[in-house]
Amino acid sequence: MEARRPVFEIEGLHIDYATELGVLHAVRDVSLAVREHESFGLVGESGSGKSTLAMGAIRYLASNGRVTEGSVRLNGVDLLSLSGKELRELWGSRIGVVYQSPLSALNPSIVIGKQLAEVAQQHLGMDRAAAVGRVTEMLTKVAMPDPEAVMKRYPHQLSGGMLQRCVIAMALMTDPSLLIMDEPTTALDVTTQAVVLDLVADLKRESDSAILYITHDLGVITKICDRVGVMYAGEFMEQADLYELFKRPRHPYTLDLLGCVPRFDPTPQKRSLVTIPGAIPRVDELPHGCIFGPRCGFVEEACKAARPPLAEVAADHLSACRRWADVPPPAQYLREATEAVRTDVEGTRPDVLVAADRTRVHFKSTRRLIRGRAARPIRAVDGVDLEVRVGQTLGVVGESGSGKTTVARAIIGLTPATGGEITLHGKPLPPSTGKRPRATLREIQMVFQNPDASLNPTRSVGDAIMRPLTLLGGLSRQEARKQSKDLLRAVSLPVSYFERLPHELSGGEKQRVAIARAFAAEPELILCDEPISSLDVSVQGSLMNLLMKLQVEKQTSYVFISHDLSAVQHLSDAIAVVYLGHVMEIGDATRVLTPPFHPYTEALLSAVPLADPDIVQKPIRLGGSVPSAMDVPSGCRFHPRCPRFLGDICVEQEPPWREGEGDHRIYCHIPLDELTRLQAETLVLAGAEAGA
Amino acid sequence: MLRFILRRLGFMVLTVILASIIIFWATTVLPGDVATMVLGRFATPQAKAKLRTELGLDKPIAVQYSTWLGKYARGDWGKSVSTDTAVRPVVFQRLRNSFMLAIVAFALYVPLGILLGLVAALKRNTWLDNSISVGSLAFIGLPEFVSGVILITIFAVELKWLPSQSAIDPQSTFVQAFPYLILPAITVALTSLAYVVRMTRSSTVDVLQMDYVRTANLKGLTPRRVLFTHVLRNSLLPTITVVAIGIGWLIGGLIVTESVYDYPGIGRLLLFAIQRRDLQLIQATALLIVIIYVVANLVADILYAVLNPRIRYQ
Repeated sequence: MEARRPVFEIEGLHIDYATELGVLHAVRDVSLAVREHESFGLVGESGSGKSTLAMGAIRYLASNGRVTEGSVRLNGVDLLSLSGKELRELWGSRIGVVYQSPLSALNPSIVIGKQLAEVAQQHLGMDRAAAVGRVTEMLTKVAMPDPEAVMKRYPHQLSGGMLQRCVIAMALMTDPSLLIMDEPTTALDVTTQAVVLDLVADLKRESDSAILYITHDLGVITKICDRVGVMYAGEFMEQADLYELFKRPRHPYTLDLLGCVPRFDPTPQKRSLVTIPGAIPRVDELPHGCIFGPRCGFVEEACKAARPPLAEVAADHLSACRRWADVPPPAQYLREATEAVRTDVEGTRPDVLVAADRTRVHFKSTRRLIRGRAARPIRAVDGVDLEVRVGQTLGVVGESGSGKTTVARAIIGLTPATGGEITLHGKPLPPSTGKRPRATLREIQMVFQNPDASLNPTRSVGDAIMRPLTLLGGLSRQEARKQSKDLLRAVSLPVSYFERLPHELSGGEKQRVAIARAFAAEPELILCDEPISSLDVSVQGSLMNLLMKLQVEKQTSYVFISHDLSAVQHLSDAIAVVYLGHVMEIGDATRVLTPPFHPYTEALLSAVPLADPDIVQKPIRLGGSVPSAMDVPSGCRFHPRCPRFLGDICVEQEPPWREGEGDHRIYCHIPLDELTRLQAETLVLAGAEAGA
Repeated sequence: MLRFILRRLGFMVLTVILASIIIFWATTVLPGDVATMVLGRFATPQAKAKLRTELGLDKPIAVQYSTWLGKYARGDWGKSVSTDTAVRPVVFQRLRNSFMLAIVAFALYVPLGILLGLVAALKRNTWLDNSISVGSLAFIGLPEFVSGVILITIFAVELKWLPSQSAIDPQSTFVQAFPYLILPAITVALTSLAYVVRMTRSSTVDVLQMDYVRTANLKGLTPRRVLFTHVLRNSLLPTITVVAIGIGWLIGGLIVTESVYDYPGIGRLLLFAIQRRDLQLIQATALLIVIIYVVANLVADILYAVLNPRIRYQ
């Protein structure tokens, strides 16, 4: 490859924040270069300083933030020496920015067209009419259907994916030299994320912009970036080209991050994930020597003496580790650092614990008679059949709006089912919690997505765990106290946390408390509703390990709800794929994740960004978004978006359940062998693992 | 949007009916006999009984109420027993006067309040912000009869710039009345100012931290353009509601100020009516104030919906 000209160069940058605690050195001695046509991925957990670095480099900092040292050059122009006016001429013209949440990044009370035209008017010297023309052109370029109509809309009238296209169009309006993308797909559904990532990849090929791409998602990085920098607590740990970084990392932190992410591996064996002990240090409490030292598996006495500099260890490969030469290839490390939690013997099948039979949850619509249309119910869950077996995990996947959460709430009784039957050990359960006997309430517990909302902020951790013990377990306070301390140990929290309040805990710790509380009642089934989605990758990994460990110890069954197919496949024995309140495919995890797939499963699989540059995913994309549960399409409800749409039969007739091996079932008009033939290449493993 | 307005209109009628029941009930249980009040303590029982029959006071209370409300709706507001004139023209004349006072006060505190609130928000946590916040808050706590007296002492008694009393001829035109309106208007404005300042400040501070303001800045727009096109449009929404409700509050709440300055407005009229136990006048005035208040709220809601696309397109 020819040497490309660097467009954006940061050298020795330091960013400080003046706070009440004193001056915080948020970013320290950071350098990077983004070359033309190149996209540089900035990865790291929350608190690693990636956004601060990007925003500080273009001099957009809060009033207490300051660049104290270093230089930033865009096409050779020193950004740090510019006046405010000169800087504003670069912002929006030479530098475009795409933000995490497109809905909040756009002004709610101004129509889209006007917000986009503003950029053209400001920087391209266009009048209103010319600017509108430019906006139409840009919206067409980002594949926006019907740009004229979109321009007249307000942000809340568009879906997340459409809005992010608008923001991207806005950022590219002036052909900027530098495009900063700060977690642009994090707030979107996987299927929408895939579409937006395709768009970014296309734009990258066509435009001359250099891209600085910020994300915590290693999967997304593989789709977009050429070069990657791994940040930790305000410094770079490693910088290398994408493939090299994933296949031959030279820093233990990178190695650990790769190990935290579940690998796509549809085998019945369940392995633990790599965990990183401890937490990212605060920038005012950095350890001596190597800042990753206290959490590093490769640490030696010498590492604690002095902070190792970021040095070139191979061509274009920088690492801040003294022991870079001892860092093993990821494949080998994964085998050594993780263990098999359990291997199920094929053919053995535990008893059914909970079964849902044609379960429906219909809500009354609050909208009555609008222009003569009769009131229709909201069909949130519309005939779901599933089974959870003793000691096993049923994974439930689907886009937002698919009704996954409502299914779980119907099982536990928080949202009473309006039809069908739910049984526990073969005995039917009353629909609502109020009618269920206390012993039954004990059997089913739930862990919610947001522990901040599910833990009472004024109750101590101990109180939260003791409550189910005394209420449902019938223990005295003294016994409950003792047992809740055991539970704290079981979820790997120090017993001293008993007296703490939720706000004194980190997000991952709070979720551990929620898990301990769920286990306190000694339930047979725990419903986990996106329990790890809002957490950092390293925390996600350790929580998944915890859930697996406790399941083996206590023989508890899980329903694990997530939009993250990687996490679901890692934990689940069986998987149900849900779309618009109906199961599309269900069966053993291995069978669901290998052909034949339901076309919806296939699309989800092809949309999940897998953190392995060797896996080539066939681009199968879903247009639009999940329809409203008030307007469920006729025939097969997936037909308007189905990439394998057959014709009238899909519109007119409900598909049959096609029975595969084991209890694998697919709800589709296409016969299974036909699906198998069509889907042979959905995931392609490219080449052998380099360096392994 | 039409459904929204109709719904609100329905609620409004309900509120007014409820208020009318309370007003009617409160005025009929008011201590003191109307006939005695009108005819004097030495009137014969026959004369009193005759007057009661004339006023319909001997009928059941429900009948009295519905007769009254029906007449009120038709515009027959009765005759004031204390002045022996028709109630409606007097009330409307005084309402006009209160309106003139309210408008002057409004023109003073709304622009000033928004300006001070914006300055405080843009310079938040500086000495300027603190002094604006503390200063405006001090006036909320100061009752009108205190601030009014202080203003009179300074501007009328000491400096002799403005008249100390506003007991103008109730039929004066706006121009004639204007010099007499300034001091009472300032008095009213001082108490309302703080609400506008605080509302503007807090909503502007919120909006300034929004992601879309960051987007606007990083578009390279000038700070002035960011403020006027992106910040104000959103941050003034709650302020507009406060201001619109404030109009109703102003007109109903002028009793104290109008008394301090002896200004012939609706508040002063209500006080007069209560002192004279003038039932017809009290009922008519009180219900009118309720209607004005409710209409102001409705206008505030509609205005908010019109200015906020998220509500407009629901």
